[in-house]
Amino acid sequence: MSPSLRRHQKRPVDAGDRFPSQPLDAPLLEVENVKTSFRTERGLVRAVDGVSFSLERGKTLGVVGESGSGKTVLSRSIMGLLPKKNVVREGRICFEGKEIGDASSATMRQLWGTQMAMVFQDPMTSLNPVLKIGRQINESLLYHLDISRNYANELSLALLSSVGIPEPERRLKEYPHQLSGGMRQRVMIAIAIACGPKLLFADEPTTALDVTVQAQILDLLQDQQRERYMAMILVTHDLGVVAGRADDIAVMYAGRIVEKAPTSVLFHEMRHPYTEALVRSIPKLANPSHTRLDMIVGRPPDLVNPPTGCKFSPRCPYVQERCRTEEPPLLDADAPGHSFRCWYPVGTPEGRAALERNRAEGHLAAAVTTVASDTNGASGNAPAAGDAAPTTEGV
Amino acid sequence: MAGSGTAHLRPAEDTLLSVEHLVVEFPAGHGQRVHAVSDVSIDIKEGETLGLVGESGCGKSTTGRAVVQLPRPTSGRIRFNGTELTELKGEALRRMRPQLQMIFQDPISSLNPRRRVKEIVGEGLEIWKIGDDDSRRKKVDEVLEAVGLDPEASGGRRPHEFSGGQCQRISIARAVVTEPKLIICDEPVSALDVSVQAQILNLLEDMKARYGLTMIFIAHDLAVVKNISDRVAVMYLGKLCEIADPDTLYAHPAHPYTAALLLAIPVPDPDVRPEERPVVGGEIPSPLDPPSGCRFRTRCPRAQEVCAQEEPQIREIRPQHYIACHFPLDPGEQLTPEPSSNGSGGG
Repeated sequence: MSPSLRRHQKRPVDAGDRFPSQPLDAPLLEVENVKTSFRTERGLVRAVDGVSFSLERGKTLGVVGESGSGKTVLSRSIMGLLPKKNVVREGRICFEGKEIGDASSATMRQLWGTQMAMVFQDPMTSLNPVLKIGRQINESLLYHLDISRNYANELSLALLSSVGIPEPERRLKEYPHQLSGGMRQRVMIAIAIACGPKLLFADEPTTALDVTVQAQILDLLQDQQRERYMAMILVTHDLGVVAGRADDIAVMYAGRIVEKAPTSVLFHEMRHPYTEALVRSIPKLANPSHTRLDMIVGRPPDLVNPPTGCKFSPRCPYVQERCRTEEPPLLDADAPGHSFRCWYPVGTPEGRAALERNRAEGHLAAAVTTVASDTNGASGNAPAAGDAAPTTEGV
Repeated sequence: MAGSGTAHLRPAEDTLLSVEHLVVEFPAGHGQRVHAVSDVSIDIKEGETLGLVGESGCGKSTTGRAVVQLPRPTSGRIRFNGTELTELKGEALRRMRPQLQMIFQDPISSLNPRRRVKEIVGEGLEIWKIGDDDSRRKKVDEVLEAVGLDPEASGGRRPHEFSGGQCQRISIARAVVTEPKLIICDEPVSALDVSVQAQILNLLEDMKARYGLTMIFIAHDLAVVKNISDRVAVMYLGKLCEIADPDTLYAHPAHPYTAALLLAIPVPDPDVRPEERPVVGGEIPSPLDPPSGCRFRTRCPRAQEVCAQEEPQIREIRPQHYIACHFPLDPGEQLTPEPSSNGSGGG
């Protein structure tokens, strides 16, 4: 996945990056208080607002959130794929102990492909429509590795068969439009893993695919990851996709991680009301048909002008006065590696008391509020027969 | 999967819509034809929600559109409320339109960006000259209120001022304002986030109860379809596979394709290990040249010689549970794909 088509320009040979000076048990990636904002006419959009985590070699981190939660901007900030113009960046991103947050594009070009790579959501638009598949896979091999074209062709063939593409010889000579969506995504994965990266970003890799193909692609990613001992950041809006596959899950809301935990802890001992609401709002196959879905009232906040206090407070069923004024920090829970941002966490006496208080006061649906002037709380008002009584209380 | 046949259809006098032997084909140049829908029969009782589910390219959207004669089907009969739609032309067909409404997938592009919400919602009433100005205004306000929008505040705005979920509410208001008998929802929630998706699904259930609607609900998400439907029809490559009420279908899928689809859904439960769930390999074949016999046979782990030669007919295997397959699964039987199936097959 080299960014341009400079095929003849070789990467400066640097053996050092293949044999890191860092011990192998140190975290591969450390992200500290990363903030990414976009300057727009309306003001500064805080897309990622203070995210910290670390990722070990060979592990999978699932990043879950709805559209606009900042999950894609986060992964692009780490990869260094954001435009330079009108982007304000802060924080520290360390890859194998080296700071890459403000690295030049020349430096990043050495990392892309060999150290970190990305599989994008839409395989049609991320492949070049006028180049044959073979050439697109060869491109990064020839750029990064000092090998002959013939050997690169052989490697491409091996890569294509390892990602489960039938008749790889024929496919190498085909163009992207001749392949189906699932096959294109397999090609994207082949390109991403061609130079053996240590970290693979998969940004909604299966959203554009059908459900049977989605399962195939997720299995393929998992197999390749294990075989090559890659770390993976799996970005998705679907909790189902990460549930069985990620070691840790980070739930994002309004540019922040609101809860982070090892996968089974997150599902069994969730503390943040947003995580709970997200899980509950998914229709489940186990429920009989016509089961009324629990819904989250309102909509995500406007990131130009986010609510004060907890960002989820306008939609939260547990909301108390304190939530509206004071933003909770990332607190540690009992289980190791589990942290969350909430004053009245789910499953604790304080949380239960808060929910009871809200129920008693008759506004289960918390406040129907909308910060952005153009919404008028319309989306928050439940329909006539809805289970959430609309209230007029604002922030 | 072949699924021709009409064994699953109910007596004509009970149904609001009955589609028989529907075929929709598109010319694809070089003398080839896209077999989008091949001999599909479905029917819907008044007040029922029929879920049409399948992967992309299975013909579910084409079936929904053929019902409203957009495009006109290549052959087949579509009887709606006692009228044969395929025989109607021009003005007579136009007169049927207020009774048949559609809700589309992309809520933002299906609303005219230049018009105000009140105009968008009220246009149907105006065209059909239903009531006078005053009663039309009242009706629009009432419908907007019903879909959870404040008519005062949002009626004068334009679509770009609303989020995707709110635009879908406007689309729903527009669809119900002429008090149609049948609404065809074509993937109405697949462009929305899960939290908003739940709001819209609940709203559709409310609207159905309030306006006495009959719905065809087209979606690729089996969990969503199960939630909203009274009867579910699974489609594959232009054919019907299986029809049953959702609780039966999801508990005891009898068609290998239904079982495969159910197994492929990612479950939001960390204790279910996805690698232990068998995956059906390959991808949907080209509709230009669909496989002979049962169309699912190229991916089916249970396929035998007979599947290539004989197209299975729809038959009732249990009460109200219809299936088109030579080798259906017994209740409780697990689908076991052959081990080599993963990753094979071509596009």
